[in-house]
Amino acid sequence: MLDTASRFSDLPAAPGVGYKAQHFDAICKDAGPVAWIEVHAENYMGAGGRPLAQLRALSERFALSIHGVGLSIGGEEPLDPDHLARLQHLLKWSQPASFSEHLAWSTHGAEFLNDLLPLPYTNDTLSRVANHIDEVQERLQRPMLLENPSSYLAFAESTWSETDFLAELVRRTGCGLLLDVNNVFISATNLGLSAQAYLDAFPLHAVGEIHVGGHDAQTDDHGAPLLIDSHGKPVIDPVWALLDRVLARGGPRPVLVEWDTDVPDWSVLRAEAERAATALALVT
Amino acid sequence: MTVSQARFREAVLDPAAAVPPGLQDGQRAPAGNRFSVYRNNVIVSLTEALQTAFPLVAKLVGGDRFSRLAAVYVREHPPKSPLMMHYGVDFPAFLEGFAPLQHIGYLPDCARLDLLIRQSYHAADAPPVPAERLQCAPEDLVTLRLSLAPAVRILRSPWPVHDIWRMNTQEGAPKPRPVAQDVMIARPGFDPAPWLLPPGGACWLDCLGRGLTLGEAHEAALAETADFDLAAVLTLALQSGALTDPTTKDG
Amino acid sequence: MSNTMKTVAIASAVAAAMTAQVTTAQAASKEKCYGVSLAGANDCAAGPGTTCAGTSTVDYQGNAWTLVDAGTCTEIELPAMADGTAREGSLEELERDLPA
Repeated sequence: MLDTASRFSDLPAAPGVGYKAQHFDAICKDAGPVAWIEVHAENYMGAGGRPLAQLRALSERFALSIHGVGLSIGGEEPLDPDHLARLQHLLKWSQPASFSEHLAWSTHGAEFLNDLLPLPYTNDTLSRVANHIDEVQERLQRPMLLENPSSYLAFAESTWSETDFLAELVRRTGCGLLLDVNNVFISATNLGLSAQAYLDAFPLHAVGEIHVGGHDAQTDDHGAPLLIDSHGKPVIDPVWALLDRVLARGGPRPVLVEWDTDVPDWSVLRAEAERAATALALVT
Repeated sequence: MTVSQARFREAVLDPAAAVPPGLQDGQRAPAGNRFSVYRNNVIVSLTEALQTAFPLVAKLVGGDRFSRLAAVYVREHPPKSPLMMHYGVDFPAFLEGFAPLQHIGYLPDCARLDLLIRQSYHAADAPPVPAERLQCAPEDLVTLRLSLAPAVRILRSPWPVHDIWRMNTQEGAPKPRPVAQDVMIARPGFDPAPWLLPPGGACWLDCLGRGLTLGEAHEAALAETADFDLAAVLTLALQSGALTDPTTKDG
Repeated sequence: MSNTMKTVAIASAVAAAMTAQVTTAQAASKEKCYGVSLAGANDCAAGPGTTCAGTSTVDYQGNAWTLVDAGTCTEIELPAMADGTAREGSLEELERDLPA
């Protein structure tokens, strides 16, 4: 286990945005309150070209968060050593303020399913994920943040609550957490739980970054609400309210606005970042 | 009741499979259509990745047909790597064997063109060969070796792939002529584009890529195409930044 | 062609080509071909849930495959390839060849 000291990330406690290539010119010209950007690691693992040139240019202006979506840290199989090597290389040259990944799996039998698939919260899963986090932190020589998932269903075999499960991972590995407040709202709604109770139980001391984003609403077979983590809409008021609650309890943190599908003009995303700035101003 | 990832994966990819028991809603009732969220995420995200990765094929067959086509492909060929930028390398070969679309004979080569343009986009950067390197005595030119930039790709097709690409990407471009076409994809700066090669051009570029001298490449191209026009190909290659200096460290 | 002639041919071709200007890179500017940058990008968003793409079986032989009015391929007529190595039907032939 690495000594993660008191810090889990070097990101500023300010608004950030998920970076989209189409916003390059706009964000360079008029960043508004945005002090940092987050990119998906896998999109910057090519050999060269515009993606890497943009990332180099942006990293001179903004603090950088590298957010992995393909490591399959919850996978039953060993971590992909090639992917770890690619991550190591990316982190070495881009020197991000933070590296994060998801409590999920996506690779099985050498097939990558391109989705964040769910895990049962059992002792087996706990030791497997803890081992994988240890391996990542040893390899990358830095602490990582682990993000809570959006849940659409639950596993009958689960014996841990998600918050206890995450707290235990923090205890065992020294990793930090990326608290996605939108995911909390989605999971709580989808599984009939209280988002506020979830947040009250969340180990906020380990949170190095917060996400907010938009979602879609549907219904399940019984007509119960089924929210989908689509990142294609503005953040809704109840999610902003949850953010306020987290910041009030845990103090200022880096807050990222995610918008990945139906990506709007920069001005729309910037306005979301301004709303995050307002929320942060209340506790700073 | 444990749900292994093998079992989960199988049910995600097969819409006819039952939802694994052991997956529930918040009231411990069977998960039902909640599992479909994952089925949709996997299939839709891969289908969309394929659609953006093969814009020419998508335009040729039409968005609706492409989605159906992609739904077949993504289940038969899920990604082998977590890098979606590389997804679809098997797609041209898959199209060759896909009976319902075999009457569109040029489709696999159009898929190859899409794939090579994407590879070019992500290829390593390299400075183009400086003009001074070519300002030398005629006898030194004959023994000069130049390299192809990492972003250069060559496609030799029995179909008019360049014409088809133009017709689908440029306003008012003429309809494809019934000819075979060789195409060079190069990336001046960061935007890859295909260039139509004159006869013998692909052979000449290939020779340079294999480390042959200008003289050797010229001879090979002449052997293949009697009226090979070196000036035309060289102009094209210089304009598109396709040539690098092998003696430069990062070239 | 003698060696001298070959040398001269190469030298004059190089001289002609040297007038070509190499376009320089716009370091990190906006995409010219926007579609390429998104080609197969990874992200962590869920797909639009209203779709049934993941839950419907795929019909290999249905009429949807043979709709000749879908896509630009219907505008391409390649009656006979110049080199004879491949053939694409005219629109009439296409329709005739299609399974009903």
